[in-house]
Amino acid sequence: MSEDSGHSYALQMINVDKYFGAVCALRNVSFEVGSNEIIGLIGDNGAGKSTIVKILTGVFPPTSGELYIAGRKVDFRKYNVKKAHDYGIETVYQDKSLGEKQVLWRNFFIGRNITHPFGFINVRKEKEIANEIMLNTIGFRGKGITVDSKVSKLSGGERQGVAIGRAMHFQAELILLDEPTVALSLKEVRKVLDFVHQIKDGGKACIYISHDIQDVYEISDRFVIIDRGKIVANILKQDIGRRDLDSFLLEYAHGMKDGVEG
Amino acid sequence: MKERKSLLATLAKIEGLPVLGVMLIMLAAFIITAPSVFTRPLIYMSFLQTVPPALVLGLGLTLVITAGEIDLSFPAVVAFSGFAFAWVFKNVDAAWAPWAGFALALVAGALVGYVNGLLVARIGVPSIMATLASQFFWYGITILLAGGLQLNLREIEETAVHTIFTGRIFGIIPAQALWGLALTVFLWFVLNRHKFGEALMFIGDNPNVARVMGINVEATRIKLFTWMGVIAAFAGLLLTIEINVFFPTQGQGYMLPVMAAVFIGGTLISGGLGSIVGTLWGAYIIGSLQAGVVATGVTSYWVQSVMGFIMAAAVVINVSMGEGRMAGLVKTFRRWTGSSLESGAAEIAPNEPDAALDNHSYGHE
Ligand SMILES: Nc1ncnc2c1ncn2[C@@H]1O[C@H](COP(=O)(O)OP(=O)(O)OP(=O)(O)O)[C@@H](O)[C@H]1O
Ligand SMILES: [Mg+2]
Repeated sequence: MSEDSGHSYALQMINVDKYFGAVCALRNVSFEVGSNEIIGLIGDNGAGKSTIVKILTGVFPPTSGELYIAGRKVDFRKYNVKKAHDYGIETVYQDKSLGEKQVLWRNFFIGRNITHPFGFINVRKEKEIANEIMLNTIGFRGKGITVDSKVSKLSGGERQGVAIGRAMHFQAELILLDEPTVALSLKEVRKVLDFVHQIKDGGKACIYISHDIQDVYEISDRFVIIDRGKIVANILKQDIGRRDLDSFLLEYAHGMKDGVEG
Repeated sequence: MKERKSLLATLAKIEGLPVLGVMLIMLAAFIITAPSVFTRPLIYMSFLQTVPPALVLGLGLTLVITAGEIDLSFPAVVAFSGFAFAWVFKNVDAAWAPWAGFALALVAGALVGYVNGLLVARIGVPSIMATLASQFFWYGITILLAGGLQLNLREIEETAVHTIFTGRIFGIIPAQALWGLALTVFLWFVLNRHKFGEALMFIGDNPNVARVMGINVEATRIKLFTWMGVIAAFAGLLLTIEINVFFPTQGQGYMLPVMAAVFIGGTLISGGLGSIVGTLWGAYIIGSLQAGVVATGVTSYWVQSVMGFIMAAAVVINVSMGEGRMAGLVKTFRRWTGSSLESGAAEIAPNEPDAALDNHSYGHE
């Protein structure tokens, strides 16, 4: 945690506040993500995890604070989802990543189509590349799923696989996964975790958000713990065991409970 | 049984085929029950003459409904744009007057659509409410401007505008039928092969997905309503130029038939998928229904019921061949009447996976 230059960071967030009207969702949030680091972002419901994700991906700006992506300062007045994509930030959500009724190949390229002149889509090229991603990046070999399949036909794990494959295809440097395993069976969760391991092996960075501490513990290099908009702990995996992390979180929950009552 | 189902499924993939089937069955029925009328070309020529304005409206509405919105203002645009055209034609004494009127009508339609778009996308008024209000408003303005009077445009028959848009090609085929067809082809490409169309599908499917994938949802909606206005104005022009007269309540009969055409065509009421080809056949089904049923000689008391029955049959055939298409009807109605601003607070419960869609997912691999 003591690099001098920001360049080995995929991302640094400094003193970020976010208000929704009078509601304070984030208060003085600072943390960083190394360029090949998996961060487990942990916190209770409403702690502000998704708010962090949305700021990082340009869905909305923070009220104040700074953001550096790969050492470059982000100008929030010009920052949006497209810009985040340009910066190599890709996001996988629990349920907002894919259009359910749409075919797979469209889902790969929505928002950044390969086009002919006048904005008409180069369907052949898009299908070709989508097929390539399916076979090579996510390994959907021989499952009766083609680029012409509708998303609604896919299992939950497969959907997340498509979203992660898409992120990897677009050269993501940092992939944000916001509760990608909610409502998945154990087997499907396994698939998603394997995809995340691929991100790490590919030399990229990742922020992984989940309420399942076991999963988070397995894949993360570091844990950032947030509570009611504030970062309360930032712990390397090597410094804490699975049990200790559990009891830390539990204690914290109890502590806060007392705090609320007191 | 299984094989038959998969054959049906394959056929259903060809866009608009089920609806085309319905149309052909219907025509066959008319030919049998009213041969004196339906074995002669005259009736078909008259369909080609009268259906295009409704078809054009239906095509535009297909885009709107695909994007998960609704537009109820198009009848008023038919009147307002017709007035714009008629006024210029009557008051400007120049050879280019019809063209100027034509252009002004399209601009008028764009204006109405743009305002609709602002209300829906920027202010967040549900589209069903915004465009309903808009319909009343622009009819009111039209009646006001026209002083409640109709304008006779008989001299229009001598102009090139008339020949080009509503003339008779080879002396028989109404030009507007070809314009309708051309627009069908063009909008098919827009919806299915253009990034704007793809954005509409994703927005109709789930605006939050569209947003996080970098689609500017608000701007796209504004663009959509503006285009709908222009398209509706074009329909108004085809109508006004064809019948050589403007009257301030024109367009009022279009609302329900045009919607019926779109839904018969297989466009999802819940948004996300739309069928331009389906709307083409749907418009001709609706447009020929009344004449057809009347020609069969059933008493006028029966006409409406028979029409309703055929519409219902068309939709049922489409649904049973398509994929659980009526699913999400309730959800959509909520969307039309509820909030269009899905960001933020409304994000809480976006994903009750569509049961009907899912049921269909597993099976015959
Ligand atoms: N668009 C918004 N408008 C108003 N308040 C919001 C908005 N988005 C989030 N909030 C509020 O900000 C706080 C943090 O929400 P956030 O979605 O970031 O929590 P979270 O940590 O992702 O929770 P969960 O684990 O339940 O997903 C909550 O109190 C929430 O109500
Ligand atoms: Mg969240």
